[in-house]
Amino acid sequence: MNSGALSRWLPWVVVGLFALFPMLESTFYTQLVTKVLIMAIFAMSLDLLVGYTGLVSFGHAAYFGLAGYALALMGPKYEAASLWWTLPASLGICVVFALVTGLLVLRTRGIYFIMVTLAFAQMLFFVFHDTKLGGGSDGIYIYAKPTMNLGETVLVNLEKLDQFYWLVLFFTAATYFLLRRILGSSFGRALVGIKVNEHRMRALGFPVFRYQLASFALGGALGGLSGYLAAVQFGFVNPEILSWHQSGMVLMMVILGGMGTLHGAVIGAFAFVLLQEVLSNQAWFGIAAKHWQLAMGILIMLVALYMPQGLAGLMNGFRRKPQAEAEEGADG
Amino acid sequence: MAEPILRTEGLTKRFGGLVAVSDVSLDLQVGEVHVVIGPNGAGKSTLTNLLSGDLPPSAGRVVLEGRDIAGLSSDQISRMGVGRSYQKTNIFLPFTVFENARLAAQSRTPHAMRVFGRAEAYAEINARASAALDAAGLGHRAGRVAATLSHGEQRQLEIAMCLATQPRVLLLDEPLAGMGPHESQRMVELIKKLTADHAIMLIEHDMDAVFAVAHRLTVMVNGEVLESGTPEQVRASPAVQAAYLGGEEMLHG
Repeated sequence: MNSGALSRWLPWVVVGLFALFPMLESTFYTQLVTKVLIMAIFAMSLDLLVGYTGLVSFGHAAYFGLAGYALALMGPKYEAASLWWTLPASLGICVVFALVTGLLVLRTRGIYFIMVTLAFAQMLFFVFHDTKLGGGSDGIYIYAKPTMNLGETVLVNLEKLDQFYWLVLFFTAATYFLLRRILGSSFGRALVGIKVNEHRMRALGFPVFRYQLASFALGGALGGLSGYLAAVQFGFVNPEILSWHQSGMVLMMVILGGMGTLHGAVIGAFAFVLLQEVLSNQAWFGIAAKHWQLAMGILIMLVALYMPQGLAGLMNGFRRKPQAEAEEGADG
Repeated sequence: MAEPILRTEGLTKRFGGLVAVSDVSLDLQVGEVHVVIGPNGAGKSTLTNLLSGDLPPSAGRVVLEGRDIAGLSSDQISRMGVGRSYQKTNIFLPFTVFENARLAAQSRTPHAMRVFGRAEAYAEINARASAALDAAGLGHRAGRVAATLSHGEQRQLEIAMCLATQPRVLLLDEPLAGMGPHESQRMVELIKKLTADHAIMLIEHDMDAVFAVAHRLTVMVNGEVLESGTPEQVRASPAVQAAYLGGEEMLHG
């Protein structure tokens, strides 16, 4: 089977299989997979920056938390807000934050970029942690999930587990296909060119800063999408969702799955959340379960050392051979 | 004499106390190859970097078609029609040869920032990329990953990328470095062919190639212009002969 056709159809098949998942009628697993799919959006949005634009952001939780807080603060306190305006507004706030901070952080490179993105995220963390704006360190409840109505008809009822699951699956798939489309375009190719050799891109006449800023804003918006959905799912936001732990976690998901592949980010999100569930299972690991982060840390290190292309790299391992042979054949 | 397309006036670059390029004035015209020679450390590459915008000059002007472009960024200068190749190969190693050239061609079109539509879907960009590869003699390598090319081929790709941006001024920084005799010959032929509708500044050590293509010759030593003129004038200059010491043989190839 040729790999072009495989990569074209496989994602649709996977989405189709996921759509069937709520039929298992397990509340626990439906909620768990919903959470994973939301994290997959978060990880893909960061992969756009890290894996495709060469921008290693260590403050990506800023967008996740900002959109969550936006939903919590914008809606009426005890009534449901409409998704039709709260979602675009939340993403809009993320885009504005990305553009404003991007103007500053994109002037830095390497370790400084990592530090400055972290600094901006920490600033937001302390804004919400130390002021009354978002309920301080206790956070705020979102008592009613947003509505998605068309006139009088309820289009999607977000209070229903399976309907919310399908909505999240729709957004995850939409994010994947949108990013894939964009990354295959002229704009996307330029981003990868900037990642590989920024200096040469500039010499070829590309206004590098503008491309990076556009990518940064898109990554921020999609990060916000995941944060919005997470806030809807948990009905609660607190400063933890803005913390550097959250930024580190999503970065680990991207590294675990394999940077710069998009599907790697999805695989990484699954692997991370499932590993977390397994390693923190007291029935299996007893007292070690409490310290699941230690085991996770070791696993991430092993992946970084021995599988630099992450879990997604395993898939390429099977494909690479025939390609290499074909190349040699053409050469001789 | 025709108006030069690009000229410098008193161009100077200081790095702290070191004056890498000192008061250099030269001009480039379409239809001419202006070769800059000089020993290592003479400031030839720094001069190229000043013209291309990779470095901002400390003093002096760079005038492109009547407009002072000194201090503009390299992407702005590139879009104004000044293309350059690098002394150290500076390409996209993980990409295919074609993608290297395609990206270069893409930078010249209003499609460059298109977000939808496959990057390969633009026939005119593809055609320009292919033409540039053919001109540089790399058409048969289009499908190869750039990292797997030989050193000489990577140098050819460097030139092809430069051509794909359709510049009017070409700044070529030692394009023959590390090339075999056959590849060098090809490159000399290519430079000759490009001379008709480009203004070319060539930095080169290979004296056979220099005298094969040069219309004008500038000799730099310690950041300064030692001599500038036609190849015959420069060859006859006592100052140049002194600077190159026993290098007379070299100058005569």
